[in-house]
Amino acid sequence: MATTAEGFDIHTDDHAHDADHKPSFFVRWFMSTNHKDIGTLYLIFAIFAGIIGGAISGVMRMELAEPGIQYLQWWVEFMGGEPSVSANFHMWNVFITAHGLIMVFFMVMPAMIGGFGNWFVPLMIGAPDMAFPRMNNISFWLTIAGFCSLMFSMFVPGGIGGNGAGVGWTVYAPLSTTGSAGPAVDFAIFSLHLAGAGSILGATNFITTILNMRAPGMTLHKMPLFVWSMLVTAFLLLLALPVLAAAITMLLTDRNFDTAFFNPAGGGDPVLYQHLFWFFGHPEVYIMILPGFGMISQIVATFSRKPVFGYLGMAYAMVAIGVVGFVVWAHHMYTVGMDVNMKMYFTAATMVIAVPTGVKIFSWIATMWGGSIEFKSPMVWALGFIFLFTVGGVTGVYLANGGIDDVVHDTYFVVAHFHYVLSMGAVFSLFAAFYYWFPKMSGRWHSEFLSHVHFWVFFVGVNIIFFPQHFLGWQGMPRRYPDYTEAYAYWNEISSLGYAVMAFSMLIFFVNIGYALVAGRKAEGNYWGEGATTLEWTLSSPPPFHQFETLPVIEDHHDYHDHMPSKT
Amino acid sequence: MAGTKNHDYHILDPDIWPLIGSLSALTFTTGMVFMMHHVPATDGAPAQFGSWPIILGLGVMGLIATFFSWFGNVVREAERGDHTPVVQLHMRYGMILFIASEVMFFVGWFWAFFDFALFPDPIQMVEGSDNIWENLIGQEGAAALAQFPPKGVEVLNAFQLPLLNTLILLCSGTTVSWAHHALIHGDREGLKMGLWATVALGAVFTGIQTYEYAIAPFAFGGNTYSSAFYMATGFHGFHVLIGTIFLIVCLARTYKGHFTPRQHFGFEAAAWYWHFVDVVWLFLFIAVYIWGGWGAPVH
Repeated sequence: MATTAEGFDIHTDDHAHDADHKPSFFVRWFMSTNHKDIGTLYLIFAIFAGIIGGAISGVMRMELAEPGIQYLQWWVEFMGGEPSVSANFHMWNVFITAHGLIMVFFMVMPAMIGGFGNWFVPLMIGAPDMAFPRMNNISFWLTIAGFCSLMFSMFVPGGIGGNGAGVGWTVYAPLSTTGSAGPAVDFAIFSLHLAGAGSILGATNFITTILNMRAPGMTLHKMPLFVWSMLVTAFLLLLALPVLAAAITMLLTDRNFDTAFFNPAGGGDPVLYQHLFWFFGHPEVYIMILPGFGMISQIVATFSRKPVFGYLGMAYAMVAIGVVGFVVWAHHMYTVGMDVNMKMYFTAATMVIAVPTGVKIFSWIATMWGGSIEFKSPMVWALGFIFLFTVGGVTGVYLANGGIDDVVHDTYFVVAHFHYVLSMGAVFSLFAAFYYWFPKMSGRWHSEFLSHVHFWVFFVGVNIIFFPQHFLGWQGMPRRYPDYTEAYAYWNEISSLGYAVMAFSMLIFFVNIGYALVAGRKAEGNYWGEGATTLEWTLSSPPPFHQFETLPVIEDHHDYHDHMPSKT
Repeated sequence: MAGTKNHDYHILDPDIWPLIGSLSALTFTTGMVFMMHHVPATDGAPAQFGSWPIILGLGVMGLIATFFSWFGNVVREAERGDHTPVVQLHMRYGMILFIASEVMFFVGWFWAFFDFALFPDPIQMVEGSDNIWENLIGQEGAAALAQFPPKGVEVLNAFQLPLLNTLILLCSGTTVSWAHHALIHGDREGLKMGLWATVALGAVFTGIQTYEYAIAPFAFGGNTYSSAFYMATGFHGFHVLIGTIFLIVCLARTYKGHFTPRQHFGFEAAAWYWHFVDVVWLFLFIAVYIWGGWGAPVH
């Protein structure tokens, strides 16, 4: 029993103590203070937002399947506007903006941090819940509020020619200030304020939980790598998002209150916005991938039945990526006219990041080396991740060079690069984690067969979409354009065909979830067997409503998880 | 041992305020957009935007209600002993991290300020751009903006009201420490006096700042100096206001008999926040008021 505070047990409600008592529907899902329920809400929301963001990319690939404007006027009419050249092109800008913002802020981040982070950080460190359970809930609802604000923006006037914010996910001035007078951009800016506030609160929650609530005996150097990845990610969120908040607040006052931050007519500087944005934006791309690194480490170790190779190196590689990630931002803006010395610095600093990233890739391979590898669905997704993330990483080394970037800046080469690290890196790790933990979360098995089919079709699909975009980029096709010359037609058509393949694989995914929820076989506590050694596998599937009512004790001599060799 | 809690962590009951709070935040931001665009003629905004006072008011009321109830609940939980030592430690971490994120927020504003102050003429640094700016805003305008503060801007004398405000805030830093020491040594009267003094100094600071804005020789917008000045000092002033409210809550709690020499994190958080606001002011005073206005004509 608790012994530290007087009257500690007298006042708390008894039902909160009953390990498996669940509240009624509204109370459980709208007033939740339970990290697993909030994690589930985040995952459901991320899937919902992913469907919308993915559908928008389908609309874009349809338009881009051949040269000329095919469908945009139809979408303008669908949204209630008058088709014209400017209205059509504005519609396009709204699509690219919505796709980017939704995928970054409302799909990848909620799924990785809100979803899997919420679910598994407390479980893996042996904690009963997060440090601030109520704040955890407002983090989720603020994300929803941000999403609603973004949706509102679609239905009010934006830039020249129609409704919606057509400013790109980077919201660069002056297109986002003098270039888009309507209220849509203000709704989009507030969307980022709301979602950002939720993420900052979530970050404080994760850091506090990880630093303070580890089970007795679990030192930082015994913490599972997924928890390490969440710790670094939370610090990046905490320190980067407020700078974005300041930057978009400047946009807001430039737009509405006559300040001159980004307006040259008052001495302001649009490039300042780019600096502020990317000081946030570069850590942001690591925010989207670091949790994936953590998941892949757990999965590769589990299915190789070996502790991860170079545990400490893996942990501190993520710390190094996080730290160096704060001082490389201007490699996103080599073409603004910066001087050569600055380009050299940012090129060198960016290349440095390849070192800790290489440590991670090689350590995953070394983990598998000599292991007893099982090709279960999470493992094939993890292998897909390692392969495709490396492809994206290699094009990243190209783009890190200021000289090369002068040539391919804002072309489809960049689009191909960041989709290899995100829609194949981050998204593959999400699917790997999903198949790894879905039975743990739901208590039911998905079909391993369908999961493998999903993997192969998705793998083929996304590669057909994005690999040809490297060629388009080198040929000089600019990104963010709805139309192009005949010369780019061939690879664009193939890229659009790839989308159809990818979309079909998502049908398999949803069939698989449906099957699991309706008819899936019941999952045991540790269904992956002896390779799965972190604390969530000591619990039932799904875990009780409140777990670890008696804290697990991590003994020093006990080989309790996959990272540290036994000290006996 | 199902049904028994064998740890000191705080397992909370379900709560409606997170949902109400975020809906209120959405209502508030929506009301803000309506307010900023309620003249339909300028940008084609719908006529319904005229309803902004209602929407904005609802949002503000919802947010106030959320803060009031939420922190009220936290205080009640503290008073009934839910805050075990480890839970208090959580709150310390939470507050430190919150202040760290606030620091980064001000980094953004200082970044903009130093960008303007150090590179007042950014476009001239780009090769071959000699005439772009002149073409954009005329030769005279471009010449005026090539220095910081821009030519024609009269600044406030840093060694009059701003210096007084600096002394007031530094002084309030000592009075809040006085209150803290009194609290630790069980001197309730000293705690009350220290807090009253701090709140009063905070209020005087806000009053002087408001007066300074009213008499300032430059308008809110229009150029880089006034934009950076008003937004940076304005957000600082907003934080002073929050800190003052936080201290007033502590004062009210003191009269209700809250806080013990051993457990008084609510007070400590307010004091930390107050010191943070104080330090931000010192940077503003040195960078914006003294250094930023150096060489410019003084009002």
